[in-house]
Amino acid sequence: MSNTESNHIRLVNAIYEPIRGNTTLLEAWGFYLFNQEFELEIELSEDVIDPSGTRDPATLARANYRKVVFDALLAEFPDVKSRGDKRKLRSMLSRGASFQVQKLVVDDPGLIGQRINVVVPVSSDFDLYEKGVINKDVADADRRVSDQQMIWHDTLKERGRITTSFNTTFFTSADSREPELAGIWGAVSGSFFTMIVTLLLSFPIGVAAAVYLEEFAPKNRITQIIEVNINNLAAVPSIVYGLLGLAVFINFFGLPRSVPLVGGMVLALMTLPTIIIASRAALKAVPPSIREAALGLGASRMQVVSHHVLPLAMPGILTGTIIGMAQALGETAPLLMIGMVAFIVDIPGGITDPATVLPVQVYLWADSPERAFVARTSAAIMVLLAFLIVMNALAVLLRKKFERRW
Amino acid sequence: MTTVTPPTPGATTEPRRVKYSTKNVDVFYGAKQALFDVSLDIHEYEVTALIGPSGCGKSTYLRSLNRMNDTIDICRVTGSIELDGIDVYSDEIDVVHLRARVGMVFQKPNPFPKTIFENVAYGPRIHGIATSKSEIDAIVEDSLTKAGLWKEVKDRLDEAGTGLSGGQQQRLCIARAIAVQPEVILMDEPCSALDPIATARIEELIDELRNNFSIVIVTHSMQQAARVSQRTAFFHLGDLVEVGETGKIFTTPDDQKTQDYITGRFG
Repeated sequence: MSNTESNHIRLVNAIYEPIRGNTTLLEAWGFYLFNQEFELEIELSEDVIDPSGTRDPATLARANYRKVVFDALLAEFPDVKSRGDKRKLRSMLSRGASFQVQKLVVDDPGLIGQRINVVVPVSSDFDLYEKGVINKDVADADRRVSDQQMIWHDTLKERGRITTSFNTTFFTSADSREPELAGIWGAVSGSFFTMIVTLLLSFPIGVAAAVYLEEFAPKNRITQIIEVNINNLAAVPSIVYGLLGLAVFINFFGLPRSVPLVGGMVLALMTLPTIIIASRAALKAVPPSIREAALGLGASRMQVVSHHVLPLAMPGILTGTIIGMAQALGETAPLLMIGMVAFIVDIPGGITDPATVLPVQVYLWADSPERAFVARTSAAIMVLLAFLIVMNALAVLLRKKFERRW
Repeated sequence: MTTVTPPTPGATTEPRRVKYSTKNVDVFYGAKQALFDVSLDIHEYEVTALIGPSGCGKSTYLRSLNRMNDTIDICRVTGSIELDGIDVYSDEIDVVHLRARVGMVFQKPNPFPKTIFENVAYGPRIHGIATSKSEIDAIVEDSLTKAGLWKEVKDRLDEAGTGLSGGQQQRLCIARAIAVQPEVILMDEPCSALDPIATARIEELIDELRNNFSIVIVTHSMQQAARVSQRTAFFHLGDLVEVGETGKIFTTPDDQKTQDYITGRFG
């Protein structure tokens, strides 16, 4: 892969690569959803892991699992002796392999001294080789996967050591430097917490503002100015909201960076005009005769709104809210300003844990140099689109179901 | 229900107690004056018809009786409008309570988009007139019976009120108004959206309701005014031209304008 080729062209090519030609759609999906794994028989030798025999958790955590795993791979090729060859062979293993074995041992020290069968990820370059993405016309030395490594890979595959399986890692783990270990779940959780904050702030405030402006506010200069400003806010570039969040929430109020709490607050500000405008339209659509009927019966203005107008306007309000939330879900720019663009390997557990969100994850991966991130980027885009399609479909269904004529 | 002395039906000649007393009422919409110095008494257990050409201020007058004009920001009412001797625009009167005492039926049937039962039960619920299920059931049945709708809807109380025919919807609105047990019912052209048969039903109903309520009805149909009302007031361009016994207004009016209007020379 030449360095002059831009990331974007690479991205587009890689997305279409599996779809081009005679490949079927199923094969194309396989490109994104399946990856290669080693099945290795690993000897958990006590001499390597815990030479002193104390079973001290700190020792177990620090032990040289890379060697443990690599020894198992080396056992497949006894004739590999030189340092260079060993390094090339080692690069076939994902870094995740040693973490996986480490976790097994720390969780159950009784395994030490036994031989266990584990399934560990193949390094992403070899996954791409298997999928036919490595260009064999490139000179051996410039290639990510050399001829020798290809032979090893094919040999392992013949021996049944390399298998293809569904890429569950992608759906269960957070971001990683290694494409084969990177997953979308961290970003999905981050988006979820951010959306919760956005919804909890923008829905009540937006609906309350709409009800006040539509039903209670006197029609004077001040309310007119407020109205004009709300309409203008809907057209403000989203990154400006990010700047506002950075200046007000983080600099002035000292809230932490990169957290869904602040991201949600910024997106709530951005979504508010959408919700207010949609809610006002829905409230306006409730015929005045309904208000008159309730007022004529002696209902107070509050009762008129809460018993009659608001329930009748609710489908429209919810539709507007869902569309606003879908817009917030796909928003990237304001979150860049408040630090939600960070590389985060932990799955966030709450609104104050550092997190990133789906569209930012797409952006991060699209900008990563490793070739295998291209497929992750496409897959993440599909996940994001799936969420957006579901949300918009929900809005359409809601509107259809509760559509009412007076 | 507040204790009501049983009226003597048909005895229109004997003077009745004044329910609403309005004196020198002016109504303004912004700078535009819609009513000029209207002084009119509404009698108890009688139907008072307000007639006159479009835009003459009948509806404006009707709506100032239960302060429905309050909802219009630019509307201003001066003069005195007294219900049982208390000015409805004074601080003593709670507008919510006033509208419970003075029910209203609108030009276009406007049932809530809820079930027939809920339409009628809503008023009693918000005013705390009835709390238990059986009390509310009783009020709903009683109100629908008085509105002449019970037989038609008793088997489908759970269906939407908006699914009824226009005439039924208007009777449902009347049932909804009387469920709150008001003293006065204001009707703003209640039959203008209905066919002649539905209109006849409503007119019969108004005649029955007169026994229990004081009724003010705005109408464009002079025949209707002649049929249902005991007293008639003729409005023209915001002025109250003439008021008197319906029989007299339609036979020997004092004012030439009234004469011209009822004989169809203008309007």
